[in-house]
Amino acid sequence: MSSSEILRTPDGMVALVRPLDGRVLAGVAAGVATHLRLPVGVVRVAFVVLSLMAGAGVVAYALLWIFVPQVQSDGPVAGAGTGAVAGAAGAALPRAAAPAERRQAIGIATLGVAILIAALALGLGRYMGVLVAPLAVVAIGGAFIWREADETRRERWRRTAAGFARPGRAALWRIVGGITLVIGGLAVFAVGQLDFAAARSALIAVLLTLVGVAVITVPWLARLVRDLGAERRERIRQRERAEVAAHLHDSVLQTLALIQRQSADPREVQRLARSQERELRAWLYGPAGYASEARAADGAGAAGGWTEAWTEAWVAAWVGGESDGWPGGESTDGLPGNDGGTPRTTSYSAGSQTPSQPCPQTLAAALAQVSGEVEDAYAITIEPVVVGDAPMTPHLAALVAAAREAMVNAAKHAGVQEVSVYGEVESGAASVFVRDRGSGFDPAAVSPDRRGLAESIRGRMQRHGGTAQVRSSPGSGTEIVLSVPVSADTVSADAAD
Amino acid sequence: MSPCRVFLVDDHALFRAGVKAELANLGDERIEVVGEAGSVNEAIVRIGADPPDVVLLDVHMPDGGGRAVLDQLHPTLPGVVFLALSVSDAAEDVINVIRGGARGYVTKTISGRELADAIVRVAAGDAVFSPRLAGFVLDAFSDKPSAASVSDPELDLLSPREREVLRLLARGYTYKEIAAELFISVKTVETHASSVLRKTQMSNRHALSRWATERRLV
Repeated sequence: MSSSEILRTPDGMVALVRPLDGRVLAGVAAGVATHLRLPVGVVRVAFVVLSLMAGAGVVAYALLWIFVPQVQSDGPVAGAGTGAVAGAAGAALPRAAAPAERRQAIGIATLGVAILIAALALGLGRYMGVLVAPLAVVAIGGAFIWREADETRRERWRRTAAGFARPGRAALWRIVGGITLVIGGLAVFAVGQLDFAAARSALIAVLLTLVGVAVITVPWLARLVRDLGAERRERIRQRERAEVAAHLHDSVLQTLALIQRQSADPREVQRLARSQERELRAWLYGPAGYASEARAADGAGAAGGWTEAWTEAWVAAWVGGESDGWPGGESTDGLPGNDGGTPRTTSYSAGSQTPSQPCPQTLAAALAQVSGEVEDAYAITIEPVVVGDAPMTPHLAALVAAAREAMVNAAKHAGVQEVSVYGEVESGAASVFVRDRGSGFDPAAVSPDRRGLAESIRGRMQRHGGTAQVRSSPGSGTEIVLSVPVSADTVSADAAD
Repeated sequence: MSPCRVFLVDDHALFRAGVKAELANLGDERIEVVGEAGSVNEAIVRIGADPPDVVLLDVHMPDGGGRAVLDQLHPTLPGVVFLALSVSDAAEDVINVIRGGARGYVTKTISGRELADAIVRVAAGDAVFSPRLAGFVLDAFSDKPSAASVSDPELDLLSPREREVLRLLARGYTYKEIAAELFISVKTVETHASSVLRKTQMSNRHALSRWATERRLV
């Protein structure tokens, strides 16, 4: 076949045409073979076998000859006209079939004629059309199904049909065995009908036929089902991909755009990068994050899960923290020392504690959230490490609020880029350690009326039955240790169950 | 003393280049980067061919990640020390590489100076605990009422002193600061840290593995 100028159906199959080259009679067999990607010999045998069945093959060949268009290939046309129609089996037109192939075709046809003569001689002529009716029914039914199917389904059938037509070794044996059984079953059926034998032979016939059909079709059907499963998996995967892409677009890409615009301001870049990192981590590894198994279950219930009381306590703690907290003026700051701290940014104000940010449910989550807020506001790095966990109570809310003040102090006055925060819930107490390696100060030198340390941290802890310790000396950093008692039964049992 | 020979394993070429540049810029003659690999297989071949002193091992890589490298090389090359380096911070990853044989775990945000110190320390046979790793280990060995899972008290429980050291590590203290805080020598702190590391690696404590897989911390 010529490789160029190949007509194709919309779904990529070679179109059904009658080629000029490679043909023996009218090119029907060659065209069908190309269309179905089968060896041409197989197609010829099929036509001959069909012809033995009351001439169905001859009729089919004739119909195809009439309705399938001929195509002029770009093969050498030099030989055109040298041989007109040369005999029944061969037409010497441009690049007709190779001699060997033509011999094969003629051989097949001759064999068919010989079988026909033999069958007629044996008086079997009237049985030869017995298969035509069922085959015609199957063909018409198949055509209907094909017309009704949509494109993707046709494509899948075609793929599996290709595997069906060009089977592997095991599949070949399966098909041969199945066909033998079908033919055997039909033969028994035919014989039984002829002999008017008992119903038993009919039963055997049906059974054998069914087994044969099953052997042929079950693997094929199984593959169809598998394909459907694969398609569903692929669809789920695509949805996942879309979700990831959407998230990255909304978060990471936006942040990167912001960073490019702010590239002159290293603090701002660091703040943006840090906050994006935190957000992405929460999404990837967080309890309600992308990778968590509980994500689907949590999604709906999370918002409603928090108690009103706790929400109020949280809000109250914040409002209190802002009202009795650091006034903001440098002169009244609780900690002496460097005044080079970041000026209060607008994002750090009572107004920023918007209800849109969900109230965290546990101490670990609450500490992570306030660390993030202080990181954002002051462009420093805070890595909270929490051992054990407990559900939030008003006492713990006070602890977290005091810890936040301690972090803010460190961010503003210590003059360092990094603050360590360690929280633990152990043996009846929840403690938070806020530590920096910054400038430090002398706790004894802080006048008692400095309200930040006194009120926001010490006073708040005392009101909730806790303690606050400050360990600091100039030059060696500061550590603030906060602790409140927790009742043992509220401690979430991590390894207990 | 000859410099510590360091080998980088990370599938991001940009990160490898960054670490190399940072370590070179320190001008630290204690450290010399002798090679790098961008995949698990490359790392196994190159490290096996010319074993360095310390391998900086990325936790997340295709084909099994740092754990695969550890599983292949750690039993055959006991002299090579592995220091895990990751952005992940997920508890299961951290515990996984430690149990695979890494002598320490630091995050990629660590400064060049701290990284150099950590390399020298693991090369000397000590353990390196980031505050987060210390927190994970404390959490995993917590004294929650799960006594049934303690089959070997020697391995499955931390001594009070070890717990104290770990808590200070989690609070961001250096070994030197811990020594001063607890009035013990730095050497003793190192011994405690190594002992905790050994317990983390060897303990069959049921809670440890289950804890690590169940817990997904940020």
